[in-house]
Amino acid sequence: MPFVIKRKPLNLMEKLYLPEIARGLSTTFKKIWEKPVTLEYPEQRPTIPEGYRGVPTLVRDPEGREKCVSCQLCEFVCPPKAIRIVPGEIPEDSEYAHVEKGPKEFDIDMLRCIYCGMCEEVCPEEAIWLQNQFSMSGYSREEMVNNKDKLYELGGTLPDEHFKWNKKKDAAAKGGGH
Amino acid sequence: MEEKDNLITVNIDGQDLQVPPGTNMVEAAAMLGKEIPHYCYHPKLTIAGNCRMCLVEMGMPGKDRATGEPMLNEDGTPKVMWMPGPAIGCGTKAAPGMHIKTDSPKAIESREAVTEFLLLNHPLDCPICDQAGECTLQEFSSSHGRGYSRFIEEKNVKPKRTRLGPRVTLDDERCVLCSRCIRFCDEVAGDSVLGFTDRGSYSTLTCFPGKELANNYSLNTVDICPVGALTSTDFRFKMRVWFLKETNSIDLETSVGANTVVSAREGKVYRVKPRRNDEVNDTWMTDSGRELYKTIESEDRLLECSIGGVPASAQDAIAEASSVLQGGGVAIVGSGRNSVEEQYALKAIAKSTNASAVYLVARYGEDDGILMSVDRNPNVRGALMTGLIDALPEEQLSGLGAKIDSGEVTTVLSSQEDLLAAGLSEEQLGKVSIVYLGTHRNGTSERAKVVLAGLTSFEKSGTVINQQFRIQKYSRVVPGPGGAIEDLYALAMIQANLSGESFASTVGSIWKEIGAEGTPLAGIAFQSLSDQGQLLDSSAFDHIPFKEGKSLHFEPKQEAVAAE
Repeated sequence: MPFVIKRKPLNLMEKLYLPEIARGLSTTFKKIWEKPVTLEYPEQRPTIPEGYRGVPTLVRDPEGREKCVSCQLCEFVCPPKAIRIVPGEIPEDSEYAHVEKGPKEFDIDMLRCIYCGMCEEVCPEEAIWLQNQFSMSGYSREEMVNNKDKLYELGGTLPDEHFKWNKKKDAAAKGGGH
Repeated sequence: MEEKDNLITVNIDGQDLQVPPGTNMVEAAAMLGKEIPHYCYHPKLTIAGNCRMCLVEMGMPGKDRATGEPMLNEDGTPKVMWMPGPAIGCGTKAAPGMHIKTDSPKAIESREAVTEFLLLNHPLDCPICDQAGECTLQEFSSSHGRGYSRFIEEKNVKPKRTRLGPRVTLDDERCVLCSRCIRFCDEVAGDSVLGFTDRGSYSTLTCFPGKELANNYSLNTVDICPVGALTSTDFRFKMRVWFLKETNSIDLETSVGANTVVSAREGKVYRVKPRRNDEVNDTWMTDSGRELYKTIESEDRLLECSIGGVPASAQDAIAEASSVLQGGGVAIVGSGRNSVEEQYALKAIAKSTNASAVYLVARYGEDDGILMSVDRNPNVRGALMTGLIDALPEEQLSGLGAKIDSGEVTTVLSSQEDLLAAGLSEEQLGKVSIVYLGTHRNGTSERAKVVLAGLTSFEKSGTVINQQFRIQKYSRVVPGPGGAIEDLYALAMIQANLSGESFASTVGSIWKEIGAEGTPLAGIAFQSLSDQGQLLDSSAFDHIPFKEGKSLHFEPKQEAVAAE
């Protein structure tokens, strides 16, 4: 059903015409001197609020150990199936052999990702984080798939409060609770 | 089932239930659809009763000590004298009038206490544990666990990543000491190599000194391990189980026909596990049978059809094969690895080409008395039932060789059989035009005029008939390579070209003919065949001296043994 919006009849000041032009210009001139509300993107970047869900990334702990153990829960929970993981075994001569498992390949297809943050929520190792990076672009589909190296480059290091695997290694060194 | 009169009435959570004598309470409760959680109990192993997870409240109808009269409640029902402490369900056999409570507060509290003790030293390994997703400890922790730990001491550390044998890896920290694996090795595999050492929290599963878990049934210990302590080295860290789609299949390694379930994700098979069939393989299968999936992606897999060595489309190859076979002088080499349907189609082709002979190639190996039979062909009995052959096949095709030498045979259709390996010489192969339908490259495919790339048993559906004359079906798990064609379809198209009449080309439709009235396989259809298979009447083949010896759930027929 169409709505008919009735136009109000003009009052006297409006009918006089010129005062209204002056009023409009005064608004324009007032705003000219105010601080602008827009940003000169991409030279200027907005401040990212806390808890922002940007591009998902993988992080290392302060020792440089990759936190992901390739449990594939993020791959399972990901609604658009953007995450693909090939799990691998950490070799026995590695410093982190006691962690046993780590990702061999880890791809996130940013053309599929919907930035929902469920991967971050489900991660039992606090290894995947949606950080501040919000603009991704590329010339091909392949470029838009973040591989493991790219994900660690984007993610960097995040503080770890638990060091659960280190605790385990220490316990083993001390004879293990017996 | 036992006879009706022998049944014992027990009462589970207020419901009366009739069970055969000897039924334990875990099984009895399962008949009512109630799950009593358990770790150490396994239906096919002896009862150890050491995990204590299946605790239930148990009581018997009371009797007056003085008179021996049954004690009655005020309403006249028998008075149940409940035991002060809980009893283990797996070790409690049905007795007349026995009452148990599986979900009373006391039973549940007992199980919660057991769960808390089991979790005291259990590592928080789930993210890296292959069992996660199909772990009973994980399941019962969520149903009976408290959700947080009251244990403030340091957890035990035990050896991880221990090699128990060539195919089994042990993580001792995860072990709940249920001893299923030990009992399996002692009782089923007959190879006692596992045992516990030390006591209390030091208890550790190990191999006896100088021994390792290397028998051909070692991976069954991985299947029955209720937690992630024993893991398959082959499957280790390959894929999480919740991604895997499971399809029922049959182990086509030998004529035992162990029932299997194949797990695959996105067209790739990751593992093969046994499926319970109490008439065939219980819950076990061989390690060697689990490796068969590796043939799907092996290097020498035929990925496309070819004519004279030049890649061709499947349609062209089928047309060419048909015209080659129209030339006359045809001999057919079928296979004990074909499905019943393919053998039926081969028989039809033999008829329309007027084939001078039909051969199968026998394969015999060592028998282990459990699930490896002498006959390494899974479906020789299928060839007998469909009438493709009428006697046991030979290991060497010397009869065919003679016919080639005499010029009687000029064309050979081979399905899945390498003629060189079956005793023909290169010179003999040079004299004939070969149509080869198979999955892998070999001497025959290289010399074949037409190669039809077929599918492995994981990529097609079909039926096979095992040593007991039990017809069992397997289903397609993954799609085949793009250039390959389903064996049955290829054979049906060739037959249609040869005979000029249409021929059923799918497993579903061909059973209308195979299972028609008056045939040995009457009344059977692929769709309605149960997953447990169906035993066929084998009396027509009693005179054939089958080579299989005694194995699990199989006794060779006396007449056949005597005839040997």
